[in-house]
Amino acid sequence: MSDVRVRHASVSSWIGTTIVVLATVALAAAPWWAERADLRLLAEIYAYVALASLWNLLAGYAGLVSVGQQAYVGLGAYVLFGLAMLAGVHPLAAIPIAGFAAALVAVPVAALIFRLRGHYFAIGTWVVAEVFRLLAAQTSALDGGSGTSLPAAVVLSIASSRQMREFTIYWIALAQVVVILFAIVWLLRSRYGLALTAIRDNELGARSNGIDVVRIKYAVYVAVAFGTAMLGALIFLQKIRISPDTAFSVNDWTAFVIFITVIGGIGRIEGPIIGTVIFFLLRQTLADLGAIYLLILGVVAIAVMLWAPKGLWGLVADRFGWQVFPLQRRLVLKKR
Amino acid sequence: MPPILTLEKISKRFGAVVVADNIDLTLLRGEALGIIGPNGAGKTTLFGIVTGTVAPDSGRVMFEGHDVTRMKPEHRCRMGLARSFQIPQPFGGMTVFENLVVAAAFGGGRSEREVYAGCAGLLERCGLADKANRRAASLTLLDRKRLELARALATGPRVLLLDEVAGGLVEHETAALVDLINDVRSTGVSIVWIEHVVHALIAVVDRLVVLHEGALIAEGDPPEVIRRPEVTEIYMGLEELGLEADA
Repeated sequence: MSDVRVRHASVSSWIGTTIVVLATVALAAAPWWAERADLRLLAEIYAYVALASLWNLLAGYAGLVSVGQQAYVGLGAYVLFGLAMLAGVHPLAAIPIAGFAAALVAVPVAALIFRLRGHYFAIGTWVVAEVFRLLAAQTSALDGGSGTSLPAAVVLSIASSRQMREFTIYWIALAQVVVILFAIVWLLRSRYGLALTAIRDNELGARSNGIDVVRIKYAVYVAVAFGTAMLGALIFLQKIRISPDTAFSVNDWTAFVIFITVIGGIGRIEGPIIGTVIFFLLRQTLADLGAIYLLILGVVAIAVMLWAPKGLWGLVADRFGWQVFPLQRRLVLKKR
Repeated sequence: MPPILTLEKISKRFGAVVVADNIDLTLLRGEALGIIGPNGAGKTTLFGIVTGTVAPDSGRVMFEGHDVTRMKPEHRCRMGLARSFQIPQPFGGMTVFENLVVAAAFGGGRSEREVYAGCAGLLERCGLADKANRRAASLTLLDRKRLELARALATGPRVLLLDEVAGGLVEHETAALVDLINDVRSTGVSIVWIEHVVHALIAVVDRLVVLHEGALIAEGDPPEVIRRPEVTEIYMGLEELGLEADA
């Protein structure tokens, strides 16, 4: 008779989790050691890690390749601007409300676009995002197509000093990415994570083994809309200015996010983190080159897709069996 | 014995190709039924129709007294219809053990912790214990087939559909497989087994049906059925079937 035990953690996950925790502590203290411009850059990095992690959950795990997530970034941002400017809601309180509003909108949207398969689904998500953009452009209360800015009173309500405002937004951005990553780890370790990972690997196999694939995809779509909208709300709260073209930008909120996820490693929780680091390294070093920078991004994406189709982390993880977070269920048999 | 699974007048065509032609077939509770037939006869499609991945053009599938014809595959699995795929469909990025946990937790409708011990035992029975923590994608074809069988068993089926699980096995492995399937049978699981390795099949099944171009052309006692002229004809002579049986 043997004693059955299941262990999630491995040596690599102990090291990985320790590094993540230490980095989080160091980054939480960034207002004491970083310049103002660095804080803004870091907040942007957090937003991209979080956006890409959510897109990865959607496309990498649930197989829902959306190219329309800007719909929820923009929706969240517009809900925040609308609530703060027209209803007098405190902007920080408007962030979670934006999330719930997007989740509510995502329910009928999913019912509509889930009727589409494969490529048609991707195109459908884009169409939805365009419809949202056009609706925003028609909203005269928020100055329609030309966009609007948050009035000084709203901005001051975050915190009275400029420094404290910037710190507050920085910490919320960090908290958002930490909570989203933690939630994804928790999800993947749960029963639903088991189902989601099975769907990632083989949808036919998943259905044939009792997994209600459609229901899980639906839940993931709505949850991802919820998180994406909260991220969008904070991104534009920091920018102070909004317009339909920036809020529903397919380039900023979907193309870069897909690039990040694909080069980092789609279908792995570590992928978006690695991908974001690479994306920002490239951007910071090559930004002066103008259009050539975008060409280089394209070449990098093609090279990774050809030689490391599972992304850079996929290459490492397949080779060494590493995992940063304790996700895998390893069977430990102790012979008695 | 009452029937557990019944196909009533099942027809299916893919374009001009008829893969199921008005098929009536009954599986009794506790019975083991073998299906043989040349490639393209419609055997695997029949499994698809039973498990819900292929919708029939007409006819009904009855399981445990319920009409499941329009029911989704995941619901049929949870009701106790499990299948192994001819082309293995593992969850490649997950470990072998995790593959079984998925099947046992979702197909069996139980909590994750409840199934750990059972899955570990199943790995032992199917000869995969030493590969429990390997990624399924890194397995050899043979081990993937073992995993297919183990995963189907993990769902706790009442009817087990096996699609060519013996192909490529050497003699002692085939014998072990036959033992395993007989063992499963003795626990009251009804079995439908599609197999080209006829001698392994005959060592297990009570009844044999022959499928040819989407139609049932013979049915009955296994040793007798494979000697019928209409069966030997489609296999181009009894000798060939006999050869395969002795291989």
